Amino acid sequence: MISVSNLTKMYGDFTAVNDISFTVRKGEITGLLGPNGAGKTTTMRMLTGYLTPTSGTVNMGEYRIDEHPLEVKKTIGYLPESVPIYGDMIVKDYLEFVRNLRELEGDTRIREIAELCGIEEIMHKSVGELSKGYRQRVGLAHALIHDPEILILDEPTSGLDPNQIVEIRNIIKEIGKKKTVILSTHILPEVEATCDRVIIISEGRIVQDGYVNQLRSSFDNETVIRISLTGPNYDELAGLLKNLPGILEVREVEGTPDFTSAELRLPGDVEVRPDIFRLCVEKGWVLYEMKRETFALENIFRELTQGGEQ
Amino acid sequence: MNRAYIQKMQVIMNKELLVYFTTPIAYIVFSAFLLSTGFYFFILSPFFFFGQAEMREFFHALPAIFSIAVPAVTMRLFSEEKHTGSLEILMTLPVTNYDVIVGKFLAATVFTSVMLVPTVIYVITVAMVGSLDPGPVIGGYLGAVFLAATFSAVGVFASSMSRNQIVAFIIGVGICVSLTLIDYFLFFLPVKLVDFFQHLGANYHFKNIARGIIDSRDILYFLSVMALAIMGTEKIISDRSTV
Repeated sequence: MISVSNLTKMYGDFTAVNDISFTVRKGEITGLLGPNGAGKTTTMRMLTGYLTPTSGTVNMGEYRIDEHPLEVKKTIGYLPESVPIYGDMIVKDYLEFVRNLRELEGDTRIREIAELCGIEEIMHKSVGELSKGYRQRVGLAHALIHDPEILILDEPTSGLDPNQIVEIRNIIKEIGKKKTVILSTHILPEVEATCDRVIIISEGRIVQDGYVNQLRSSFDNETVIRISLTGPNYDELAGLLKNLPGILEVREVEGTPDFTSAELRLPGDVEVRPDIFRLCVEKGWVLYEMKRETFALENIFRELTQGGEQ
Repeated sequence: MNRAYIQKMQVIMNKELLVYFTTPIAYIVFSAFLLSTGFYFFILSPFFFFGQAEMREFFHALPAIFSIAVPAVTMRLFSEEKHTGSLEILMTLPVTNYDVIVGKFLAATVFTSVMLVPTVIYVITVAMVGSLDPGPVIGGYLGAVFLAATFSAVGVFASSMSRNQIVAFIIGVGICVSLTLIDYFLFFLPVKLVDFFQHLGANYHFKNIARGIIDSRDILYFLSVMALAIMGTEKIISDRSTV
């Protein structure tokens, strides 16, 4: 449905998006995940035709965006991050304006979309007076009014309260059953909760691309154990821990002034917690915390996107 | 140009007109325009002094008043879209740059032309007291509409240049005032250049039409400035690095 090849965007000397390629199939919800400033918004703006890429091509359905911008714009519904809809119009007028530009007719579609997005009771309010949550829904109605095949949402839940987030996610999931959805976010649980597939972007490049469940299982063969105790200093502790069977790596955890804390990375099928317990008893250390973490998406994300900074 | 294009321009125009007539700024400009033309017509013009039944003084003042009033009407058209980011939403709807620019330009032209409607009262006042020559009045209003359209196009262009409405207003006033004043500063120029620069001034062409003589050269002048301003706007709008 969507194919992006070798897309690059430069702002002067700065490369915002660096040679990214991916394809998205119909009926998938794809999350573009990355820290702030990774190039998500720039990528989406190129997908929607708002920005012209420095190089590379975007195909939406059967059309190339640089050759048939109008046809592409007809197939997609797009909601930018800050939901910049006209503040000085009332919601109904605004949706009618969008309907007319989309060459749709009649009021039934507006009523349907108002019901889907839950904005029926604010149709006669001015857009500028709406709360962030309602504003987001009007934005969603704007993007959905023509029942688009492709829906592109930039940070659709940013600035919403937890209840609103759940509601918006449910709407997106409902739409994602039939349509192609691309959403961007810097929040991991969002991807885990809504997306089938995730493309992780860092510093303008794709660092990981895969289905959420596959990605999870591919990192499942490693676990991390985190311990906090009093007694030894870190070097003494690390020296002893490294001798335990199966340990791949020992890392110091900073920020716990009252304890000595460490993180152990080891294969998923190795169990060292009894050994750690026995070690503490033997040395007379007091163990305050011992936690086993499976390699959650969050760790994958951190690992992949922080590489450049370290 | 097919029907769909015209329809989209019309949708954009209608939306801008709706915003014009539902926000206070337009009414403020509207009132200021009527106050200043009214002041000029009833207080400063020789109408009451000499009892001349003519509108010449009103049309004489119009280019200067329009130079300020029209940019005030047009300043928000693109600046506001850039400032709030709504340009992104607008441009990702199925419209072309020209749909948007021409739609906004037409809205500004309609609005500024509507500002002229209440001034018909002056015509009626004059016509009641003396025998009014209809030629210059009709020519004057026709010229005024051309002037409104031209300054609107310039104002749209100015608005596309900045995300700050005040800056857009100042640029717009700067260009419009220059076009108006070229006429008054001609005597500074060498004789050889006078003829050339005279033709650049909006005031010169407006005065020709307002005399009641419709010359294709004057019409062509206004259309050229409009086309130039609209094409300039398109250049700026399609370069998103300025957004």
